[in-house]
Amino acid sequence: MSDPTTAAAGTATDAAAYVTAPEHVTSGPGKPRSLWSDAWRDLRHRPLFLIAGAIIVLLVVIALFPGLFTSADPIHKDLDHFREGPSADAWFGYDGQGRDVFARVVHGTRWTLLVGVAATVLTVLVGGLFGILAGYVGGWLDALISRVGEVFFGLPFVLGAVVILNLVRNAEIRGALPIVFAVVASIAALSWPVAMRIMRSAAIAAKQQDYVRAARGLGASPARVIFRHLLPNCLAPVLVYGTIALGAFISAEATLSFLGIGLRDPVVSWGVMISDARTYIRIAPHMLLFPAGFLAVTVLAFVMLGDAIREALDPKLR
Amino acid sequence: MGRYVLRRLLQLVPVFVGTTFLIYILVWAVPGNPFTGMCGERPCPPEFVAAMTEKYNLDDSVVVQYLKYMGTLLSGDFGQTYAEQPVSELISNAAPVSLRLALVAVVIEAIIGITAGVLTGLRGRGFLDNLVLVSTLVLIAIPTFVIGFVAQIVLGFQLEILNPTVSSDATWGELIVPGFVLGSLSMAYVSRLTRTSIAENKRADYMRTALAKGQPKRRIVGVHLLRNSAIPVITFLGTDIGNLMGGAIVTEGIFDIHGVGRLVYDGILDKQGAIVVGVVVVLVVVFLLVNLFIDLLYAVIDPRIRYE
Repeated sequence: MSDPTTAAAGTATDAAAYVTAPEHVTSGPGKPRSLWSDAWRDLRHRPLFLIAGAIIVLLVVIALFPGLFTSADPIHKDLDHFREGPSADAWFGYDGQGRDVFARVVHGTRWTLLVGVAATVLTVLVGGLFGILAGYVGGWLDALISRVGEVFFGLPFVLGAVVILNLVRNAEIRGALPIVFAVVASIAALSWPVAMRIMRSAAIAAKQQDYVRAARGLGASPARVIFRHLLPNCLAPVLVYGTIALGAFISAEATLSFLGIGLRDPVVSWGVMISDARTYIRIAPHMLLFPAGFLAVTVLAFVMLGDAIREALDPKLR
Repeated sequence: MGRYVLRRLLQLVPVFVGTTFLIYILVWAVPGNPFTGMCGERPCPPEFVAAMTEKYNLDDSVVVQYLKYMGTLLSGDFGQTYAEQPVSELISNAAPVSLRLALVAVVIEAIIGITAGVLTGLRGRGFLDNLVLVSTLVLIAIPTFVIGFVAQIVLGFQLEILNPTVSSDATWGELIVPGFVLGSLSMAYVSRLTRTSIAENKRADYMRTALAKGQPKRRIVGVHLLRNSAIPVITFLGTDIGNLMGGAIVTEGIFDIHGVGRLVYDGILDKQGAIVVGVVVVLVVVFLLVNLFIDLLYAVIDPRIRYE
């Protein structure tokens, strides 16, 4: 066990089992499939998963290469076209300052997705780490982490985010990335207890399993038990939460931008666009409908993906 | 039971202190001058700054400030705004409106969500199941403020069947549409939660036993199944009441409802720390007590659960 080469070899096999196994599902008939490769087999036949996956891939391509989809400048103002409806020149029309709505939607994809992905990663990392520690160590550490989690959980989400982001705004933070980071951090600060609780209960359940006892009996260090044995077996519920939360966080970003404290210029995001559109909603509804439609489809895709993965990972629901 | 409640109440104390202290720091320990821009274009007169520093103990460290604030709070005094309006009066004016709105939202989401969940959970896969699944997905995907705007435009401006904004009285009838908007997201979660819970319990042994001893279907579903499937749904609804009261910032803004969410949002923008902290204190107390109440309700719903 303590031999570094066998440990490394173990990592290699396990990495293969967890990462590449889904791509080699045709492996020999006698070989038992892992939970993940089983789930992947199941997922490939689900229309829900395929549709959601296709939408997400398209969105990622838009986010990475907005130039492929539009040549218009999202911040170029042309007051001649002020609030003009959709036409062949500008598919989604122009906004209140004569900017091309389609170009803005396309260029906004990047920021919207960035906020969602970054907030999810931060939430899952922080919540997962604290959750697995609380579940595995137990005792006073569990009590402390759970109480701290309750403190953040007790704050209503929008209220807490408004207070934190108002603080940031008063601190006069400028520039695109710092603003995005502030929004991401405030979303994660208010959401990590959920991920923590999910991970904690998964860890408590897994801790009782024989393989964990065996590892401890063989003298594995707590870090090794946590990362090599507990983590792979507790990951599924947190990942499902993460996928669904990604959609929810994108929606949360839009809500915060709508309240005027989330993203703002120079960042172009769908939430910012919807917020800009609210005053003209009765005369120029296209300004609201197109970004809101993109937002809804994106959130829908992530929630559908999360649903499909949850069903695939949970054999009880089959 | 009594000892359980006492222990739970004691456990609430650190959470209460933690949450209020967190908000207190976020609101009052702002870097920079708290009086910037407060008196319009010109800087505030030094007498005003001195008086306010004295009033809110701004010279002390944050911990001392917080302790002094809690001291006056525990004697029932929520403090005053900069304009010397008592915060307790503002809260007691706004709270009933928000409470009504939250109740309307919870009732709507419980009725529609649970009905949809029970129906689809019982029937299993089919047209109705897909319909409910798709509609919950749509409700989850569209942010609340978009639903609110669309409801306001369609019902208020185009069909003109209701006032686009709610009057200051905020009667129950006026709050139905805002309550629907506010509860729409949770409605989707409630119906999914109910569906999963019902589908899981449908095949339980006690269901087979009840069927075998010849009980009518109404009683099997209404008493045995619903009661056993209720716990996750009720837990969710309980956490939601607290969230809905404070999370109504967006809905209250759209429909111009003068509730707690509006009060606290204006308070944050105007840097009225006393309002923000006061409202959060009330909300946290409500949230914690509702959760405790729900925990106690478990034993009523499911007698197998006992507290010691």
